[in-house]
Amino acid sequence: MNTSQKAAEVTGIDLSSFPKRQWNRFYYSNERFILGASGVVFLLALWELIVRVNLVDPLFTSSPARIWTAGIQYVSSEGFVNDFIASGSELLAGFGLALVIGIPLGIVMGWYPKFNYLVDPIFNFLYASPRIALVPLFIIWFGIGMGSKVAIIFLSSIFPIVFNTLMGVKTIDPVLLNVPRSYNAKDYQIFKTVVLPSSVPAIISGVRLGLGHALIGVVVGEMTAATMGVGHMMFTAGQTFQTDLVFVGLIIIAGFGVILTSLVQLLERHFDKWRVDIHK
Amino acid sequence: MAMKMPTEYKLVAEHVGIEYRVKRTGEYLQAVRDVSLQIKPQEFVCIVGPSGCGKSTFLNAVAGLLPFNKGHLILDGIKISGPGKDRAVVFQSPALLPWRTVVGNVKYGLELRGTDAAVMEEKSMAMIKLVGLGGNEHKYPNELSGGMQQRVNLARALASDPELLLLDEPFSALDAQTREVMQNELLRIWQETKKTAMFITHQIDEAVFLADRVIVLSKGPGSVVAADLEIKLPRPRNEATKADPEFLAKVAEIRELILNEKK
Repeated sequence: MNTSQKAAEVTGIDLSSFPKRQWNRFYYSNERFILGASGVVFLLALWELIVRVNLVDPLFTSSPARIWTAGIQYVSSEGFVNDFIASGSELLAGFGLALVIGIPLGIVMGWYPKFNYLVDPIFNFLYASPRIALVPLFIIWFGIGMGSKVAIIFLSSIFPIVFNTLMGVKTIDPVLLNVPRSYNAKDYQIFKTVVLPSSVPAIISGVRLGLGHALIGVVVGEMTAATMGVGHMMFTAGQTFQTDLVFVGLIIIAGFGVILTSLVQLLERHFDKWRVDIHK
Repeated sequence: MAMKMPTEYKLVAEHVGIEYRVKRTGEYLQAVRDVSLQIKPQEFVCIVGPSGCGKSTFLNAVAGLLPFNKGHLILDGIKISGPGKDRAVVFQSPALLPWRTVVGNVKYGLELRGTDAAVMEEKSMAMIKLVGLGGNEHKYPNELSGGMQQRVNLARALASDPELLLLDEPFSALDAQTREVMQNELLRIWQETKKTAMFITHQIDEAVFLADRVIVLSKGPGSVVAADLEIKLPRPRNEATKADPEFLAKVAEIRELILNEKK
Protein backbone atom coordinates (compact mmCIF):
# COMPACT_ATOMS: atom_id res chain seq x y z
CA MET A 1 0.00 0.00 0.00
CA ASN A 2 1.55 3.30 -1.01
CA THR A 3 1.24 6.70 0.62
CA SER A 4 -1.46 8.13 -1.60
CA GLN A 5 -3.68 5.13 -0.94
CA LYS A 6 -3.16 5.63 2.79
CA ALA A 7 -4.07 9.29 2.43
CA ALA A 8 -7.20 8.30 0.61
CA GLU A 9 -8.20 6.04 3.47
CA VAL A 10 -7.63 8.72 6.05
CA THR A 11 -9.29 11.64 4.27
CA GLY A 12 -11.80 9.73 2.22
CA ILE A 13 -10.61 11.54 -0.92
CA ASP A 14 -8.84 9.73 -3.69
CA LEU A 15 -5.71 11.80 -4.02
CA SER A 16 -3.77 9.35 -6.15
CA SER A 17 -5.40 10.40 -9.42
CA PHE A 18 -4.85 14.14 -9.04
CA PRO A 19 -1.13 14.67 -9.63
CA LYS A 20 -1.15 11.88 -12.18
CA ARG A 21 -3.94 13.42 -14.16
CA GLN A 22 -2.30 16.82 -14.02
CA TRP A 23 0.95 15.36 -15.26
CA ASN A 24 -0.89 13.57 -18.07
CA ARG A 25 -2.59 16.75 -19.13
CA PHE A 26 0.72 18.63 -19.05
CA TYR A 27 2.40 15.86 -21.03
CA TYR A 28 -0.21 15.66 -23.77
CA SER A 29 -0.38 19.39 -24.31
CA ASN A 30 3.43 19.57 -24.59
CA GLU A 31 4.11 16.11 -25.99
CA ARG A 32 5.99 17.33 -29.00
CA PHE A 33 8.33 19.55 -27.02
CA ILE A 34 8.96 17.02 -24.25
CA LEU A 35 9.85 14.20 -26.64
CA GLY A 36 11.99 16.49 -28.79
CA ALA A 37 13.92 17.81 -25.79
CA SER A 38 14.41 14.29 -24.41
CA GLY A 39 15.98 13.20 -27.69
CA VAL A 40 18.46 16.08 -27.64
CA VAL A 41 19.35 15.62 -23.96
CA PHE A 42 19.85 11.88 -24.45
CA LEU A 43 22.16 12.40 -27.43
CA LEU A 44 24.25 15.04 -25.60
CA ALA A 45 24.52 12.85 -22.49
CA LEU A 46 25.64 9.86 -24.56
CA TRP A 47 28.26 12.01 -26.32
CA GLU A 48 29.62 13.37 -23.03
CA LEU A 49 29.65 9.88 -21.56
CA ILE A 50 31.69 8.20 -24.28
CA VAL A 51 34.24 11.01 -24.05
CA ARG A 52 34.42 10.83 -20.24
CA VAL A 53 35.01 7.06 -20.21
CA ASN A 54 37.78 7.57 -22.79
CA LEU A 55 36.09 5.56 -25.51
CA VAL A 56 37.09 8.23 -28.04
CA ASP A 57 39.72 10.97 -28.18
CA PRO A 58 38.16 14.40 -27.45
CA LEU A 59 40.69 15.96 -29.84
CA PHE A 60 38.68 14.37 -32.68
CA THR A 61 35.16 14.38 -31.34
CA SER A 62 35.08 17.15 -28.73
CA SER A 63 32.31 16.89 -26.13
CA PRO A 64 29.29 18.95 -25.06
CA ALA A 65 31.14 20.34 -22.02
CA ARG A 66 34.17 21.33 -24.09
CA ILE A 67 31.99 22.94 -26.74
CA TRP A 68 30.19 24.91 -24.03
CA THR A 69 33.49 26.25 -22.62
CA ALA A 70 34.85 27.06 -26.06
CA GLY A 71 31.53 28.66 -26.98
CA ILE A 72 31.50 31.01 -24.00
CA GLN A 73 35.07 31.99 -24.73
CA TYR A 74 34.41 32.61 -28.44
CA VAL A 75 31.14 34.49 -28.01
CA SER A 76 32.71 36.88 -25.48
CA SER A 77 35.65 37.61 -27.77
CA GLU A 78 35.82 40.51 -30.20
CA GLY A 79 36.29 38.12 -33.12
CA PHE A 80 32.77 36.77 -32.67
CA VAL A 81 31.13 40.16 -33.16
CA ASN A 82 33.11 40.75 -36.36
CA ASP A 83 32.44 37.23 -37.68
CA PHE A 84 28.76 37.43 -36.86
CA ILE A 85 28.30 40.82 -38.49
CA ALA A 86 30.23 39.71 -41.58
CA SER A 87 28.28 36.45 -42.04
CA GLY A 88 24.99 38.07 -41.09
CA SER A 89 25.28 40.87 -43.60
CA GLU A 90 26.33 38.44 -46.35
CA LEU A 91 23.30 36.29 -45.58
CA LEU A 92 20.98 39.27 -45.44
CA ALA A 93 22.20 40.65 -48.76
CA GLY A 94 22.39 37.32 -50.64
CA PHE A 95 19.18 35.81 -49.32
CA GLY A 96 17.32 39.11 -49.45
CA LEU A 97 18.29 39.53 -53.07
CA ALA A 98 17.14 35.97 -53.79
CA LEU A 99 13.74 36.74 -52.26
CA VAL A 100 13.29 40.07 -54.01
CA ILE A 101 14.23 38.61 -57.40
CA GLY A 102 13.10 35.00 -56.96
CA ILE A 103 9.47 35.47 -55.89
CA PRO A 104 8.46 37.91 -58.67
CA LEU A 105 10.40 35.85 -61.22
CA GLY A 106 8.62 32.67 -60.12
CA ILE A 107 5.24 34.39 -60.33
CA VAL A 108 5.92 35.75 -63.82
CA MET A 109 7.24 32.35 -64.97
CA GLY A 110 4.14 30.63 -63.62
CA TRP A 111 1.69 33.16 -65.01
CA TYR A 112 3.10 33.61 -68.50
CA PRO A 113 3.88 30.18 -70.04
CA LYS A 114 5.72 31.83 -72.92
CA PHE A 115 8.16 33.51 -70.56
CA ASN A 116 8.61 30.20 -68.79
CA TYR A 117 9.43 28.45 -72.10
CA LEU A 118 11.93 31.22 -72.80
CA VAL A 119 13.95 31.03 -69.58
CA ASP A 120 13.32 27.43 -68.52
CA PRO A 121 16.35 25.90 -70.31
CA ILE A 122 18.70 28.52 -68.84
CA PHE A 123 17.27 27.95 -65.40
CA ASN A 124 17.55 24.18 -65.61
CA PHE A 125 21.14 24.47 -66.76
CA LEU A 126 22.09 26.81 -63.94
CA TYR A 127 20.26 24.67 -61.42
CA ALA A 128 22.03 21.50 -62.53
CA SER A 129 25.47 23.12 -62.62
CA PRO A 130 27.73 22.68 -59.58
CA ARG A 131 27.64 26.26 -58.38
CA ILE A 132 30.18 25.63 -55.63
CA ALA A 133 32.83 25.09 -58.30
CA LEU A 134 32.16 28.61 -59.48
CA VAL A 135 33.47 30.18 -56.26
CA PRO A 136 36.93 30.91 -57.77
CA LEU A 137 35.22 32.65 -60.69
CA PHE A 138 33.05 34.69 -58.36
CA ILE A 139 36.19 35.85 -56.57
CA ILE A 140 37.58 37.04 -59.91
CA TRP A 141 34.29 38.73 -60.81
CA PHE A 142 33.20 40.19 -57.49
CA GLY A 143 36.45 40.44 -55.54
CA ILE A 144 37.57 38.79 -52.32
CA GLY A 145 35.27 40.97 -50.23
CA MET A 146 31.59 40.56 -49.55
CA GLY A 147 30.58 40.49 -53.24
CA SER A 148 31.66 36.93 -54.02
CA LYS A 149 30.00 35.59 -50.86
CA VAL A 150 26.72 37.38 -51.60
CA ALA A 151 26.83 35.94 -55.12
CA ILE A 152 27.23 32.36 -53.94
CA ILE A 153 24.50 32.74 -51.28
CA PHE A 154 22.19 34.28 -53.87
CA LEU A 155 22.81 31.50 -56.39
CA SER A 156 22.41 28.81 -53.73
CA SER A 157 19.05 30.02 -52.50
CA ILE A 158 17.23 31.47 -55.50
CA PHE A 159 16.39 28.17 -57.22
CA PRO A 160 14.10 26.62 -54.61
CA ILE A 161 12.38 30.01 -54.23
CA VAL A 162 11.76 30.36 -57.98
CA PHE A 163 10.72 26.75 -58.56
CA ASN A 164 8.32 26.63 -55.63
CA THR A 165 6.72 29.96 -56.47
CA LEU A 166 6.36 28.80 -60.08
CA MET A 167 4.62 25.60 -58.99
CA GLY A 168 2.38 27.54 -56.63
CA VAL A 169 1.18 29.81 -59.42
CA LYS A 170 0.81 26.97 -61.92
CA THR A 171 -1.36 24.88 -59.63
CA ILE A 172 -3.95 27.57 -58.86
CA ASP A 173 -7.48 26.22 -59.16
CA PRO A 174 -8.63 27.48 -62.59
CA VAL A 175 -12.18 27.72 -61.28
CA LEU A 176 -11.04 30.41 -58.83
CA LEU A 177 -9.54 32.41 -61.69
CA ASN A 178 -12.89 32.45 -63.51
CA VAL A 179 -14.50 34.41 -60.68
CA PRO A 180 -12.48 37.65 -61.03
CA ARG A 181 -12.52 37.22 -64.80
CA SER A 182 -16.32 37.11 -64.81
CA TYR A 183 -16.25 40.43 -62.95
CA ASN A 184 -13.97 41.88 -65.60
CA ALA A 185 -11.05 42.19 -63.16
CA LYS A 186 -7.77 43.63 -64.34
CA ASP A 187 -4.64 41.47 -64.31
CA TYR A 188 -3.15 43.19 -61.26
CA GLN A 189 -6.40 42.62 -59.35
CA ILE A 190 -6.33 38.91 -60.18
CA PHE A 191 -2.69 38.82 -59.05
CA LYS A 192 -3.45 40.50 -55.78
CA THR A 193 -6.67 38.73 -54.85
CA VAL A 194 -6.16 35.20 -56.20
CA VAL A 195 -2.67 34.44 -57.51
CA LEU A 196 -0.69 35.74 -54.54
CA PRO A 197 -2.84 34.40 -51.70
CA SER A 198 -3.22 30.94 -53.21
CA SER A 199 0.51 30.64 -53.89
CA VAL A 200 1.54 31.65 -50.36
CA PRO A 201 2.00 28.09 -49.02
CA ALA A 202 4.19 27.15 -51.99
CA ILE A 203 6.18 30.40 -51.81
CA ILE A 204 6.81 29.93 -48.10
CA SER A 205 8.01 26.37 -48.52
CA GLY A 206 10.36 27.70 -51.20
CA VAL A 207 11.61 30.36 -48.80
CA ARG A 208 12.27 27.73 -46.14
CA LEU A 209 14.22 25.53 -48.55
CA GLY A 210 16.07 28.57 -49.87
CA LEU A 211 17.05 29.58 -46.36
CA GLY A 212 18.74 26.23 -45.77
CA HIS A 213 20.66 26.57 -49.02
CA ALA A 214 21.61 30.16 -48.14
CA LEU A 215 23.14 29.07 -44.82
CA ILE A 216 25.23 26.45 -46.64
CA GLY A 217 26.17 29.21 -49.07
CA VAL A 218 27.49 31.34 -46.18
CA VAL A 219 29.95 28.62 -45.18
CA VAL A 220 30.90 27.70 -48.76
CA GLY A 221 31.46 31.34 -49.64
CA GLU A 222 33.81 31.81 -46.72
CA MET A 223 35.85 28.69 -47.52
CA THR A 224 38.27 30.53 -49.75
CA ALA A 225 39.70 34.03 -49.69
CA ALA A 226 37.79 35.15 -46.60
CA THR A 227 39.24 37.03 -43.65
CA MET A 228 36.27 36.85 -41.33
CA GLY A 229 32.88 35.27 -40.83
CA VAL A 230 31.53 32.33 -38.87
CA GLY A 231 32.24 29.96 -41.78
CA HIS A 232 35.79 31.26 -42.07
CA MET A 233 36.29 30.75 -38.34
CA MET A 234 35.08 27.12 -38.65
CA PHE A 235 37.58 26.39 -41.40
CA THR A 236 40.50 27.93 -39.61
CA ALA A 237 39.55 26.06 -36.44
CA GLY A 238 39.21 22.80 -38.34
CA GLN A 239 42.60 23.16 -39.97
CA THR A 240 44.25 23.79 -36.60
CA PHE A 241 42.55 20.89 -34.79
CA GLN A 242 40.36 23.13 -32.65
CA THR A 243 37.49 20.66 -32.86
CA ASP A 244 35.53 22.38 -30.06
CA LEU A 245 35.47 25.63 -32.00
CA VAL A 246 34.30 23.91 -35.21
CA PHE A 247 31.24 22.68 -33.32
CA VAL A 248 30.68 26.14 -31.84
CA GLY A 249 30.50 27.55 -35.38
CA LEU A 250 28.19 24.75 -36.44
CA ILE A 251 25.82 25.45 -33.55
CA ILE A 252 25.81 29.21 -34.29
CA ILE A 253 24.90 28.69 -37.93
CA ALA A 254 22.36 25.93 -37.33
CA GLY A 255 20.84 27.89 -34.43
CA PHE A 256 20.53 30.93 -36.64
CA GLY A 257 18.82 28.74 -39.24
CA VAL A 258 16.37 27.38 -36.68
CA ILE A 259 15.46 30.89 -35.52
CA LEU A 260 14.93 32.15 -39.08
CA THR A 261 12.91 29.07 -39.99
CA SER A 262 10.57 29.61 -37.06
CA LEU A 263 10.13 33.23 -38.15
CA VAL A 264 9.10 31.95 -41.59
CA GLN A 265 6.71 29.50 -39.89
CA LEU A 266 5.11 32.35 -37.98
CA LEU A 267 4.56 34.10 -41.28
CA GLU A 268 3.06 30.92 -42.73
CA ARG A 269 0.58 30.64 -39.86
CA HIS A 270 -0.41 34.23 -40.32
CA PHE A 271 -1.30 33.60 -43.97
CA ASP A 272 -2.88 30.22 -43.29
CA LYS A 273 -5.17 31.18 -40.46
CA TRP A 274 -8.21 30.34 -42.60
CA ARG A 275 -7.14 26.68 -42.75
CA VAL A 276 -8.95 25.10 -39.84
CA ASP A 277 -7.22 22.31 -37.90
CA ILE A 278 -3.86 22.20 -39.57
CA HIS A 279 -1.65 23.34 -36.72
CA LYS A 280 -1.20 20.03 -34.98
CA MET B 1 -19.64 50.37 -78.08
CA ALA B 2 -22.66 49.60 -80.26
CA MET B 3 -25.65 51.87 -80.22
CA LYS B 4 -28.19 50.96 -77.62
CA MET B 5 -31.46 49.96 -79.18
CA PRO B 6 -34.75 49.53 -77.35
CA THR B 7 -35.70 45.89 -77.21
CA GLU B 8 -38.38 43.78 -75.65
CA TYR B 9 -35.81 41.11 -74.87
CA LYS B 10 -33.13 41.10 -72.20
CA LEU B 11 -30.89 38.64 -73.98
CA VAL B 12 -30.92 37.72 -77.64
CA ALA B 13 -28.72 34.96 -79.05
CA GLU B 14 -28.59 34.88 -82.85
CA HIS B 15 -27.12 31.79 -84.53
CA VAL B 16 -24.38 31.53 -81.94
CA GLY B 17 -21.59 29.09 -82.70
CA ILE B 18 -18.74 28.34 -80.32
CA GLU B 19 -15.66 26.36 -81.18
CA TYR B 20 -12.63 25.72 -79.11
CA ARG B 21 -9.24 24.17 -79.61
CA VAL B 22 -8.61 20.79 -78.06
CA LYS B 23 -5.19 21.24 -76.48
CA ARG B 24 -4.14 17.61 -76.79
CA THR B 25 -4.84 17.22 -80.51
CA GLY B 26 -4.70 20.86 -81.59
CA GLU B 27 -7.95 20.38 -83.50
CA TYR B 28 -10.88 22.76 -83.39
CA LEU B 29 -14.13 21.38 -82.04
CA GLN B 30 -17.50 22.96 -82.72
CA ALA B 31 -19.13 22.70 -79.29
CA VAL B 32 -22.17 24.80 -80.14
CA ARG B 33 -23.22 25.02 -83.79
CA ASP B 34 -26.24 27.27 -84.05
CA VAL B 35 -28.12 28.45 -80.99
CA SER B 36 -30.78 31.15 -81.25
CA LEU B 37 -32.91 32.11 -78.27
CA GLN B 38 -34.45 35.10 -76.51
CA ILE B 39 -34.91 35.80 -72.84
CA LYS B 40 -37.47 38.39 -71.71
CA PRO B 41 -36.87 40.73 -68.78
CA GLN B 42 -37.54 39.08 -65.42
CA GLU B 43 -37.90 35.70 -67.08
CA PHE B 44 -36.45 32.53 -65.58
CA VAL B 45 -35.14 30.34 -68.39
CA CYS B 46 -33.62 26.88 -67.92
CA ILE B 47 -31.42 25.28 -70.53
CA VAL B 48 -31.27 21.48 -70.47
CA GLY B 49 -29.67 18.95 -72.74
CA PRO B 50 -27.75 15.69 -72.78
CA SER B 51 -24.35 15.87 -71.11
CA GLY B 52 -21.69 17.22 -73.42
CA CYS B 53 -24.21 19.26 -75.42
CA GLY B 54 -22.38 22.50 -74.73
CA LYS B 55 -24.88 24.15 -72.38
CA SER B 56 -22.18 25.27 -69.95
CA THR B 57 -20.08 26.41 -72.90
CA PHE B 58 -22.99 28.56 -74.04
CA LEU B 59 -23.34 30.07 -70.56
CA ASN B 60 -19.63 30.86 -70.47
CA ALA B 61 -19.96 32.65 -73.80
CA VAL B 62 -22.86 34.73 -72.46
CA ALA B 63 -20.75 35.48 -69.36
CA GLY B 64 -18.00 36.72 -71.66
CA LEU B 65 -15.55 34.10 -70.43
CA LEU B 66 -15.38 32.25 -73.76
CA PRO B 67 -15.19 33.74 -77.25
CA PHE B 68 -17.75 32.65 -79.84
CA ASN B 69 -16.96 32.51 -83.53
CA LYS B 70 -20.41 32.79 -85.08
CA GLY B 71 -23.52 34.87 -84.55
CA HIS B 72 -24.31 37.52 -81.99
CA LEU B 73 -25.12 37.74 -78.32
CA ILE B 74 -27.02 40.90 -77.44
CA LEU B 75 -27.80 41.97 -73.89
CA ASP B 76 -30.08 44.99 -73.46
CA GLY B 77 -29.37 45.94 -77.06
CA ILE B 78 -25.58 45.85 -76.65
CA LYS B 79 -23.39 43.20 -78.21
CA ILE B 80 -21.50 41.04 -75.71
CA SER B 81 -17.76 41.11 -76.31
CA GLY B 82 -16.42 40.15 -72.89
CA PRO B 83 -17.32 40.02 -69.21
CA GLY B 84 -19.34 42.94 -67.94
CA LYS B 85 -21.06 44.61 -65.02
CA ASP B 86 -24.46 43.61 -66.35
CA ARG B 87 -23.92 39.89 -65.76
CA ALA B 88 -22.95 37.74 -62.79
CA VAL B 89 -22.26 34.02 -62.69
CA VAL B 90 -23.25 31.51 -60.03
CA PHE B 91 -20.60 28.86 -60.64
CA GLN B 92 -21.06 25.12 -60.62
CA SER B 93 -18.52 24.67 -57.83
CA PRO B 94 -18.87 27.34 -55.13
CA ALA B 95 -15.57 28.92 -56.34
CA LEU B 96 -15.14 30.80 -53.06
CA LEU B 97 -11.79 32.26 -52.06
CA PRO B 98 -10.92 30.04 -49.07
CA TRP B 99 -8.88 32.75 -47.33
CA ARG B 100 -11.81 35.15 -47.28
CA THR B 101 -14.75 35.03 -44.90
CA VAL B 102 -18.34 34.83 -46.11
CA VAL B 103 -18.69 38.61 -46.18
CA GLY B 104 -15.29 38.95 -47.86
CA ASN B 105 -16.41 36.58 -50.60
CA VAL B 106 -19.79 38.26 -51.10
CA LYS B 107 -18.02 41.62 -51.37
CA TYR B 108 -15.50 40.32 -53.87
CA GLY B 109 -17.33 41.23 -57.09
CA LEU B 110 -18.10 44.74 -55.83
CA GLU B 111 -14.55 45.19 -54.59
CA LEU B 112 -13.12 44.41 -58.03
CA ARG B 113 -15.28 47.20 -59.41
CA GLY B 114 -13.95 49.69 -56.87
CA THR B 115 -17.22 50.13 -54.98
CA ASP B 116 -17.27 52.45 -51.99
CA ALA B 117 -16.48 50.51 -48.79
CA ALA B 118 -19.61 51.50 -46.88
CA VAL B 119 -21.92 50.68 -49.80
CA MET B 120 -20.10 47.38 -50.27
CA GLU B 121 -20.56 46.44 -46.62
CA GLU B 122 -24.24 47.33 -46.63
CA LYS B 123 -25.05 45.48 -49.85
CA SER B 124 -23.10 42.37 -48.84
CA MET B 125 -24.78 42.19 -45.44
CA ALA B 126 -28.21 42.55 -47.07
CA MET B 127 -27.44 39.78 -49.56
CA ILE B 128 -26.12 37.46 -46.86
CA LYS B 129 -29.39 37.94 -45.00
CA LEU B 130 -31.39 37.41 -48.21
CA VAL B 131 -29.79 34.04 -48.91
CA GLY B 132 -30.39 32.99 -45.31
CA LEU B 133 -26.82 33.10 -44.02
CA GLY B 134 -27.29 35.80 -41.36
CA GLY B 135 -24.95 35.14 -38.43
CA ASN B 136 -22.35 33.37 -40.58
CA GLU B 137 -20.75 36.52 -42.00
CA HIS B 138 -17.34 35.90 -40.47
CA LYS B 139 -16.99 32.19 -41.08
CA TYR B 140 -14.54 30.83 -43.60
CA PRO B 141 -15.84 28.72 -46.53
CA ASN B 142 -14.35 25.49 -45.16
CA GLU B 143 -16.51 25.91 -42.06
CA LEU B 144 -19.67 25.84 -44.20
CA SER B 145 -21.65 22.94 -45.70
CA GLY B 146 -21.94 22.52 -49.47
CA GLY B 147 -25.41 24.05 -49.52
CA MET B 148 -24.26 27.07 -47.49
CA GLN B 149 -21.27 27.55 -49.79
CA GLN B 150 -23.62 27.69 -52.76
CA ARG B 151 -25.69 30.29 -50.93
CA VAL B 152 -22.54 32.42 -50.64
CA ASN B 153 -21.87 31.85 -54.35
CA LEU B 154 -25.41 33.11 -55.08
CA ALA B 155 -25.10 36.07 -52.70
CA ARG B 156 -21.84 37.14 -54.37
CA ALA B 157 -23.54 37.18 -57.78
CA LEU B 158 -26.61 39.04 -56.47
CA ALA B 159 -24.51 41.63 -54.60
CA SER B 160 -23.21 43.04 -57.87
CA ASP B 161 -26.85 43.66 -58.89
CA PRO B 162 -26.62 42.16 -62.39
CA GLU B 163 -29.15 42.61 -65.20
CA LEU B 164 -28.79 38.94 -66.06
CA LEU B 165 -28.04 36.20 -63.56
CA LEU B 166 -26.22 33.20 -65.03
CA LEU B 167 -26.46 29.97 -63.07
CA ASP B 168 -24.23 27.11 -64.19
CA GLU B 169 -25.59 23.88 -62.66
CA PRO B 170 -25.24 25.38 -59.20
CA PHE B 171 -26.94 22.50 -57.36
CA SER B 172 -25.41 19.57 -59.24
CA ALA B 173 -22.92 18.69 -56.50
CA LEU B 174 -25.44 18.84 -53.66
CA ASP B 175 -27.23 15.89 -52.07
CA ALA B 176 -30.89 15.36 -52.99
CA GLN B 177 -32.39 16.95 -49.85
CA THR B 178 -30.16 20.02 -49.93
CA ARG B 179 -30.84 20.37 -53.63
CA GLU B 180 -34.61 20.55 -53.02
CA VAL B 181 -34.16 23.08 -50.24
CA MET B 182 -31.94 25.19 -52.47
CA GLN B 183 -34.41 25.06 -55.38
CA ASN B 184 -37.12 26.47 -53.12
CA GLU B 185 -34.71 29.04 -51.72
CA LEU B 186 -33.67 30.12 -55.21
CA LEU B 187 -37.31 30.62 -56.21
CA ARG B 188 -37.97 32.66 -53.06
CA ILE B 189 -34.91 34.85 -53.73
CA TRP B 190 -35.74 35.19 -57.41
CA GLN B 191 -39.28 36.26 -56.53
CA GLU B 192 -37.87 38.93 -54.20
CA THR B 193 -35.23 40.29 -56.60
CA LYS B 194 -36.97 39.59 -59.93
CA LYS B 195 -33.69 39.14 -61.76
CA THR B 196 -33.67 37.79 -65.28
CA ALA B 197 -32.10 34.36 -64.92
CA MET B 198 -30.53 31.80 -67.20
CA PHE B 199 -30.11 28.49 -65.41
CA ILE B 200 -28.18 25.55 -66.83
CA THR B 201 -29.00 22.07 -65.57
CA HIS B 202 -29.07 18.46 -66.68
CA GLN B 203 -31.86 17.65 -64.24
CA ILE B 204 -35.18 17.85 -66.10
CA ASP B 205 -37.47 18.07 -63.04
CA GLU B 206 -35.31 20.87 -61.66
CA ALA B 207 -35.66 22.81 -64.92
CA VAL B 208 -39.46 22.43 -65.05
CA PHE B 209 -39.83 23.30 -61.37
CA LEU B 210 -37.81 26.51 -61.62
CA ALA B 211 -38.41 27.91 -65.08
CA ASP B 212 -40.87 30.02 -67.00
CA ARG B 213 -39.42 28.47 -70.10
CA VAL B 214 -37.25 25.40 -70.73
CA ILE B 215 -34.93 25.32 -73.73
CA VAL B 216 -33.70 21.90 -74.82
CA LEU B 217 -30.38 21.69 -76.63
CA SER B 218 -29.60 18.86 -79.02
CA LYS B 219 -26.84 16.34 -78.53
CA GLY B 220 -23.31 17.79 -78.77
CA PRO B 221 -20.84 18.51 -80.13
CA GLY B 222 -22.40 20.98 -82.51
CA SER B 223 -25.64 21.48 -80.62
CA VAL B 224 -28.66 23.49 -81.76
CA VAL B 225 -31.92 24.39 -80.01
CA ALA B 226 -34.12 21.28 -80.16
CA ALA B 227 -37.17 22.63 -78.34
CA ASP B 228 -38.43 25.72 -76.51
CA LEU B 229 -41.25 24.97 -74.08
CA GLU B 230 -43.22 27.36 -71.94
CA ILE B 231 -43.98 26.17 -68.39
CA LYS B 232 -47.27 27.64 -67.26
CA LEU B 233 -47.26 26.30 -63.73
CA PRO B 234 -48.58 28.90 -61.27
CA ARG B 235 -46.22 30.75 -58.91
CA PRO B 236 -45.23 30.72 -56.14
CA ARG B 237 -44.26 27.12 -56.64
CA ASN B 238 -43.64 24.66 -53.83
CA GLU B 239 -43.35 20.94 -53.20
CA ALA B 240 -47.01 20.49 -54.23
CA THR B 241 -46.11 21.78 -57.69
CA LYS B 242 -44.12 18.61 -58.23
CA ALA B 243 -47.32 16.55 -58.04
CA ASP B 244 -49.17 18.76 -60.53
CA PRO B 245 -50.16 16.76 -63.67
CA GLU B 246 -48.89 19.66 -65.82
CA PHE B 247 -45.48 19.39 -64.10
CA LEU B 248 -45.32 15.64 -64.66
CA ALA B 249 -46.43 15.96 -68.28
CA LYS B 250 -43.74 18.55 -69.03
CA VAL B 251 -41.04 16.48 -67.37
CA ALA B 252 -42.11 13.44 -69.41
CA GLU B 253 -42.18 15.46 -72.62
CA ILE B 254 -38.69 16.84 -72.13
CA ARG B 255 -37.33 13.46 -71.08
CA GLU B 256 -38.71 12.00 -74.30
CA LEU B 257 -37.08 14.79 -76.33
CA ILE B 258 -33.68 14.24 -74.75
CA LEU B 259 -33.87 10.47 -75.09
CA ASN B 260 -34.60 10.89 -78.78
CA GLU B 261 -31.62 13.23 -79.01
CA LYS B 262 -29.35 10.57 -77.59
CA LYS B 263 -30.26 8.01 -80.29
